[in-house]
Amino acid sequence: MLAFIIQRLAQSILVMLVVGLISFSLFQFVGDPVNNMVGQEATIEQREALREKLGLNDPIPVRFIKWVGLAVQGDFGLSYRMGMPVADLIAQRLPATLELVALSAVMALAIGVPMGVYTGLHRHAWLSKVFLTVSLIGISIPTFLIGILMILFFGVWLGWLPTFGRRGLVDLGGWETSFLTLEGWSYIIMPAFTLALFQLTLIMRLVRAEMLEVLRTDFIKFARARGLKSRSINFGHALKNTLVPVITIMGLQIGSLLAFSIITETVFQWPGMGLLIIQGIQFVDIPIMSSYLVLIALFFVVINLIVDLLYYAVDPRLRVERTAGGAH
Amino acid sequence: MTAVLDVQGLTVEFPTRRGTLTAVDHISFSIGEGEVLGVVGESGAGKSLTGTAVIGLLEPPGRIAAGEVRLAGKRIDNLAYEELRRIRGREIGMVFQDPLTSLNPLYTVGRQLMETIRTHTDMGEKAARDRAIEMLAEVGIPEPRRRIDQYPHQFSGGMRQRVVIAIALLARPRLIIADEPTTALDVTIQSQILKLMRQQIAEKGASMILITHDLAVVSEMADHITVLYCGKVVERGRTRELIETPAHPYTRGLIDSIPDTAHRHDRLRQIPGSIPDIRNLPTGCNFRDRCPRAQALCAEREPDLARQHATLWAACHFPLKPGETA
Repeated sequence: MLAFIIQRLAQSILVMLVVGLISFSLFQFVGDPVNNMVGQEATIEQREALREKLGLNDPIPVRFIKWVGLAVQGDFGLSYRMGMPVADLIAQRLPATLELVALSAVMALAIGVPMGVYTGLHRHAWLSKVFLTVSLIGISIPTFLIGILMILFFGVWLGWLPTFGRRGLVDLGGWETSFLTLEGWSYIIMPAFTLALFQLTLIMRLVRAEMLEVLRTDFIKFARARGLKSRSINFGHALKNTLVPVITIMGLQIGSLLAFSIITETVFQWPGMGLLIIQGIQFVDIPIMSSYLVLIALFFVVINLIVDLLYYAVDPRLRVERTAGGAH
Repeated sequence: MTAVLDVQGLTVEFPTRRGTLTAVDHISFSIGEGEVLGVVGESGAGKSLTGTAVIGLLEPPGRIAAGEVRLAGKRIDNLAYEELRRIRGREIGMVFQDPLTSLNPLYTVGRQLMETIRTHTDMGEKAARDRAIEMLAEVGIPEPRRRIDQYPHQFSGGMRQRVVIAIALLARPRLIIADEPTTALDVTIQSQILKLMRQQIAEKGASMILITHDLAVVSEMADHITVLYCGKVVERGRTRELIETPAHPYTRGLIDSIPDTAHRHDRLRQIPGSIPDIRNLPTGCNFRDRCPRAQALCAEREPDLARQHATLWAACHFPLKPGETA
């Protein structure tokens, strides 16, 4: 177990270094930061001085090591556009995105899994057909359109929910959360559902397909033959066997939730990372772009690590213990 | 004395777009207390369907279209799912072909044993565990106290089939339906498992339906044998009589195709052709295309089961006399 974690950590660090190298190289290849920082009238001497001051004249490997050293300490430099430390900007925006993504993921699981189980168990029920048809719509309509339609319906026509922004926040020592006031919920619920819809339909279809598969297996047949109750067969035996693929997909999807959040945040003007990076890209704000890249990679790596550990918890066949092993 | 299981005219149908398929066609048999009935046939003969129909686990759209199934005199084929569920595992135990896939890989063997006991009795956690350990010991699993907390993948195929048998026997059922219980196992393990099953059945006074394609296995185990072909009974009788003096050419063919170590230089005999598609059965006798004795009559009229001698019944227009070869 410990060896497994250490091995995975080593792999993760390697992945992060590679991503770091790519992010770092953004500085080299996407324009000249000095040009962006000084005005048109700056003399060549002034430019050289700034170049020297920023350490841009050091050899590239030295600069990379310095950059990694600072990044590890959370220092990604100053935003070109706003002149503020990138780390502060991210720290401001991160809670908004993480809360949005977390709520979407919970919605996708809490609604998608039961719908998948239901449609898997009652294949011919009319409700299953409704779910499947609706899920097809969820899969095929692009996120931004769903967001706009929801704004039109719940925000404009019904006037139940605010159409943009993030308010009703409670400050928990630097982390501003939407979850503690009704107003906060009214702002987050629509963007979160918009973001969740695609994942929800995906999970529903995945769980359904897996349930159909598992229900055909011999051990389910044997569970029926030994007279177990349907509840215990469907939820205890069948559903648990669908979890490994669901965890895999969910792990990957949380990554794409972060990525898709850019669109949703733009539609709902949600002040998260997505909005930050969109504005960063428009202004070629390289420190923001590169640190966003590193951060997203970090999330992916951490999620994958958690997914691996979850496999371990769910499937005993992966806990290869040769010492205590059974006779074969 | 009422039979433990009495099946009369059991018919299993599958409605399809191109008409209804009759996979099991008016099969009747009965099993007395402590008896072993062998049900033999090639794949597709309807033997597994017969077993699953008896415990009411046919996969839809398959359904019992006619016939009665009585367990100790009480009809069970018309029971609701929930009523039949209480009988499954408690009064009828089932053993399936593939021990590698019969157990849920994500739960320990002990959990699977204990949930079966606790579904059918009001035993507590502790008592159920003790019973499970005791049962594992009975089916010959060494160190049951340690093994009970292990997962199925930590057991070998033969050991897993022992666990499956332990689960089938847990509630002391009157009847065990064993569907190809040794087919997936190594030959050396096969005879161990058969011996175990015979011994457990005898100790518990249970009866057994042994479904297999292997005539050699049933001839060792069964008191009576029923031979199925295309969903119909073609021959039945006491084991000894059926093996020594079969009347149906199909049974003769099955017996002749068992490798015989005494005549190992002979060419292994086989039945020519293969079992016809039940969607497209020939007229008259289903076996006539493969039968060396077939005549014009066989194409015209389907033979009925008729008594040949002593306990032996066969469905053939031109049955073999004792001592005659096909």
